[in-house]
Amino acid sequence: MVQATQTMTRPDPGSGGAERVLEIENLKTHFFTRDGVVRAVDGVSYHVLKGETLGVVGESGCGKSVSALSVLRLIAKPGRIVQGSIKMSGRNLLDLSDREMRSIRGNDISMIFQEPMTSLNPVLTLGRQIAETIMLHQGLSKKDAWDKSVEMLKLVRIPEAERRVTEYPFQMSGGMRQRVMIAMALSCNPKVLLADEPTTALDVTIQAQILHLMLELKEKLGTAIVLITHDLGVVAETCQRIVVMYAGKKVEEATADELFERPLHPYTVGLMKSVPRLDRAAVEEQARLMEIPGMVPSLKNMPPGCAFAPRCVFATERCRIEEPGFEMKAGGHFAACFNSDKVAETYHG
Amino acid sequence: MYAYLIRRILATIPVMAVVAVFVFSLLFLSPGDPAAIIAGDLATADDIARIRERLGLNEPFLVQFGKWVFNLMRGDLGVSIFSNLPVSKLMLQRLEPTLMLTSTTLVIAICAAVPMGVIAAWKAGTFIDRGVMLFAVLGFSFPSFVLGYLLIYTFSIKLEVLPVQGYTSISKGFGPFLNNIILPSLTLGMVQAALVARMTRTSVLEVLAEDYIRTAHAKGLATHKVLIGHALKNAAVPIVTIIGVSFALLIGGAIITESVFAIPGLGRLTVDAILRRDYPIIQGVILVFSGAYVLVNLAVDIIYTFLDPRIRF
Repeated sequence: MVQATQTMTRPDPGSGGAERVLEIENLKTHFFTRDGVVRAVDGVSYHVLKGETLGVVGESGCGKSVSALSVLRLIAKPGRIVQGSIKMSGRNLLDLSDREMRSIRGNDISMIFQEPMTSLNPVLTLGRQIAETIMLHQGLSKKDAWDKSVEMLKLVRIPEAERRVTEYPFQMSGGMRQRVMIAMALSCNPKVLLADEPTTALDVTIQAQILHLMLELKEKLGTAIVLITHDLGVVAETCQRIVVMYAGKKVEEATADELFERPLHPYTVGLMKSVPRLDRAAVEEQARLMEIPGMVPSLKNMPPGCAFAPRCVFATERCRIEEPGFEMKAGGHFAACFNSDKVAETYHG
Repeated sequence: MYAYLIRRILATIPVMAVVAVFVFSLLFLSPGDPAAIIAGDLATADDIARIRERLGLNEPFLVQFGKWVFNLMRGDLGVSIFSNLPVSKLMLQRLEPTLMLTSTTLVIAICAAVPMGVIAAWKAGTFIDRGVMLFAVLGFSFPSFVLGYLLIYTFSIKLEVLPVQGYTSISKGFGPFLNNIILPSLTLGMVQAALVARMTRTSVLEVLAEDYIRTAHAKGLATHKVLIGHALKNAAVPIVTIIGVSFALLIGGAIITESVFAIPGLGRLTVDAILRRDYPIIQGVILVFSGAYVLVNLAVDIIYTFLDPRIRF
């Protein structure tokens, strides 16, 4: 797999052979509930190249958020990382002590969340919340950290940053709060920013602003972004590479161009067809919005064979018995499907 | 902010007015004629009538009430029926022990209960949490007079490290004062500590599930910083509320505790006054206790504004 990525047929400009800043290998995060073991992330591997934007896509409950939280080791009980490795600069984060892990969080890897309205502490000023991180990781004095907080707020284009820094989260709109979260997350120049549905809770008009801000800052600061989302539209606009997850497993991985042009997994196709597209409204038949029938299977009670088989139009007898391996189907394009050829044939972009 | 403060302060006026009406009506609502009690067993009907006249008990209710409120405003709480001394003076003499007992109790209870509650919430579901909750249930259900005598038996009679009873003014040195006040404070503080520990646990536990706690962890903060800097401040409003409300328990408990430990405070004064039906003293004590309760809760309202900026605006 290492080789495969290096010999990608259509590498994104600048990413070919780039350094891997984060490498997740065979990660398994399970939740040991009273009713049984929920395999939220079950053997997922992906890596993030320096300065790239990687999209991690899937429906709710497919394990994409849990995989990100696992990277920061913020899985709460009854969840536990049971297997795998998460490597950053040669170190396996899962082997670090709590203290060492804390020096990574917010510093080398930071995270922003889906809910800007509740992700900031309501009783502390914005300045205090941003400065706290800076003081912790950069050893700056209170005053310098405060100045840096103002600077960060200016960077995320909060007007009147000097005044805003003394205000509280409830005095700001959702979009502003997400900007503050971004300011906070980027304040220590992290190598990787994990963005968990950063625009889902925002108005559509604000969504684009926040995405563009993130991309712009990524260029400026050289931070790699892992963009976790269910929104293929967002991914198409922003990401160089995409990982598609289904039921705790990776089902497809390719460059963004390749994936949208020639999806090889029926689940990916389903996701694409369920996104409304204005440019196709003219042709009536194609304008129909498709949905993926059925629901994500219970992660406690996975069917044998391919997890997507019960919802898949291509499913054969084999799919229900045998689990397809995650294989390279074309240069740099991986999928876990027995019928990917058929999928590619029938998909007309 | 100021509008909020003024609103809160003004809101205490009707409360105190209702208290005043209630306290005054006490004289008329309770069984027994105070004049007859003062006159004693051997008095004739004429004696009683004369005393009624002297105390103004024959005048209409509203006139009596008006005079009483007028005197109240000047700090005149009337005269004790038995000792003939001004009630205000009698109460002032007894104020210090009670004030010291309640404030020491409050400090001990809060200093013990809040950390216990926070740790219980952090370690929710573990044996530490269960231990704290067991303490809370026991502390709340254990009668304070039983606890008081148990403490006396253990520390004063068996171990002989602390005095059995009595009170030493803080003006005679902090050491002797502490020696005397520690057992009564523990006795009185148990219920309060139990209550505050429980509330702290519940409140912190709720806050720990919030998204911003996850954010705080994601920043790389150490657990104690997350607990104290982020969780406790958000959890503080209900905790401070329960401390204010439980002040009533403190007053009620002080009366029993002072009796057990023979502390010459307001509580003892109250008990003696009730036994003798010394109405002016009872009225004075109720007024002062109610006033203190209202003031404490006003202080709580003001503390809210420091804890939660959303209340300030």
